[in-house]
Amino acid sequence: MTTVLLPELTARWDEPDSFTLAAYRRNGGYRALPAAVRMKPEDIIALMKDSGLRGRGGAGFPTGVKWGFIPQGDGKPHYLVVNADESEPGACKDIPTMLASPHTLIEGLVIAAYAIRADKAFIYLRGEVLHVIRRVQHAVAEAYQAGYLGTNILGSGFDLDVVVHCGAGAYICGEETALLDSLEGFRGQPRLKPPFPAIAGLYACPTVVNNVETIASVPFIVGSGAGAFAAFGTEKSKGFGIFSLSGHVTTPGQYEAPLGTTLRELLAEAGGVRAGHALKFWTPGGSSTPIFTSEHLDVPLDYESVAAAGSMLGTRSLQIFDETTCVIRVVLRWTEFYQHESCGKCTPCREGTYWMVQVLDKLERGAGSEADLEKLLDICDNIVGRAFCALGDAAAMPVISSIKQFRDEYIEHQTRGGCPFDPAESTLFVREPA
Amino acid sequence: MALSDEQRARLETDAAEIIARYPRSRSALLPLLHLVQAEEGYVSADGLAFCAAQLGLAEAEVTAVVSFYTMFKRRPVGDYHVGVCTNALCAVMGGDAIFAGLQQHLGIGNDETTPDGKLTIEHLECNAACDYAPVMMVNWEFFDDMTPQRARDLVDGLRAGADVTPSRGAPRLCTWRQASRILAGFPDGQAAGGHTAGHATLAGLRIAREQGWTPDGGQS
Repeated sequence: MTTVLLPELTARWDEPDSFTLAAYRRNGGYRALPAAVRMKPEDIIALMKDSGLRGRGGAGFPTGVKWGFIPQGDGKPHYLVVNADESEPGACKDIPTMLASPHTLIEGLVIAAYAIRADKAFIYLRGEVLHVIRRVQHAVAEAYQAGYLGTNILGSGFDLDVVVHCGAGAYICGEETALLDSLEGFRGQPRLKPPFPAIAGLYACPTVVNNVETIASVPFIVGSGAGAFAAFGTEKSKGFGIFSLSGHVTTPGQYEAPLGTTLRELLAEAGGVRAGHALKFWTPGGSSTPIFTSEHLDVPLDYESVAAAGSMLGTRSLQIFDETTCVIRVVLRWTEFYQHESCGKCTPCREGTYWMVQVLDKLERGAGSEADLEKLLDICDNIVGRAFCALGDAAAMPVISSIKQFRDEYIEHQTRGGCPFDPAESTLFVREPA
Repeated sequence: MALSDEQRARLETDAAEIIARYPRSRSALLPLLHLVQAEEGYVSADGLAFCAAQLGLAEAEVTAVVSFYTMFKRRPVGDYHVGVCTNALCAVMGGDAIFAGLQQHLGIGNDETTPDGKLTIEHLECNAACDYAPVMMVNWEFFDDMTPQRARDLVDGLRAGADVTPSRGAPRLCTWRQASRILAGFPDGQAAGGHTAGHATLAGLRIAREQGWTPDGGQS
């Protein structure tokens, strides 16, 4: 049988002490770092470029290229900021990574900081995950004690300080420039780009912002070589990554596999859609990516193939909904989320999400008309490409794609004058007495 | 609430430690707000003014920040902040039923506190645990795979002072104020405890081991 799953980042998560420095070292951890600090920083950047690693936070920008944008010899402080603000509906990979193996992140962070010549790094961690915060704080303390952080790391002359910085509840802070504003002590609102953070990031200094999984992939690439990483995946989407299956699936969870794996293959491992039910729709990369249906089961989950099929790979957050689920209810709830999380800086997003919630609410109750569908699409048209940052575009994606895929269901709500679905049927405890 | 001189002195020591972490002092604002929330259970007018004074900011500037972030509360919160995820996937899987049931059971609405001051309930946005849906959080610790009955038992246990253990988290559930102090960057020494890699976290790894797909051929 062909290998489907490839546990690399996740390989030791079932060891009870996997989060400790001792376990990480026992399993071969902190062997890439001594090699890295003997390399020239520019050679590490070249290695990252050769590996083909692309940002694992959703946008998929080549990591080595991003690092290469940091000006050298400019006399300014450089900063590395880890985006650990995982908040995309459906995304749930970075949180278990930091719970189970925070040292993978720390080792990658030290290597990345060395490569871009940063002597200060920040881990911007969402605040609503208390035990993850404890684990990352603990790992940073252990790393200082072992000499992997602090001054003259492993005798290399390289110094690095790390601050674990907790957010306070704002999805928008996952957007890298909003994150930087938040880290500077302001409301988390996105900045106009350019200039990009590589030129003017934290405190207007050159800054790399990378996702947790991106940084956690660095030790493998340095330790095993760019070729070992690039041997997996597809031509333009190299390597492996964590796919998060949730919703109406028999065995939800984290499935690490090469990029380009299909949902059909992953579902086969996860026991399929829950017993007695059929797949209705799913997200390839979280709520911000256009929804797919059973027609898309064989789309290779890599950046290019998902884009060619009309969606985005995003954070590989595969939310599975079966036929008991009302698509309008789901889209309304996501839209309420974007309305709540819109930072208010730009009008299309702030006002557009507000109006979309009202129209969708009416449609879900069966009080809408076909003209409301056109109204929704018109609002989307006024948001997409006109919002200050990607949150606005994201808010429009579920609306546009659900009308495209499930127009009949929207119409049925109108003709029946109400929702044809029983919400109890879609819960996991259908039989539990109230 | 007014901060006493003793409280103020203690907070100033902690604040100095927080501010020293950052190249520019204003970056300390979010942790400072977590710190005053740890002291009083919410960001009071006094707490807000304290943060402004530490950083040389106008109170209006601090208010603008406080009001932006949902974790900062401007009214007292109970000892246990009980959150129910009602974002789309958790809502569909049962989060809506759980939240409705809890409101009925406790006789309070969203963002309200029980008369005994023990519990505040709030519906939450996605908390990055979708593979354990429906998910609840108590003082930002994970309670996975919830049902309406388990949710009622949980809040009854909290009100009765029973020992409550998160699904994935510290062995001992701390209070809202203690949790806020960790968020300000002062660990409570519980990092090493607790069960953390639950069934869903390990789902793919278990299958890979059964199939011999791990790098060491499933031998470990």
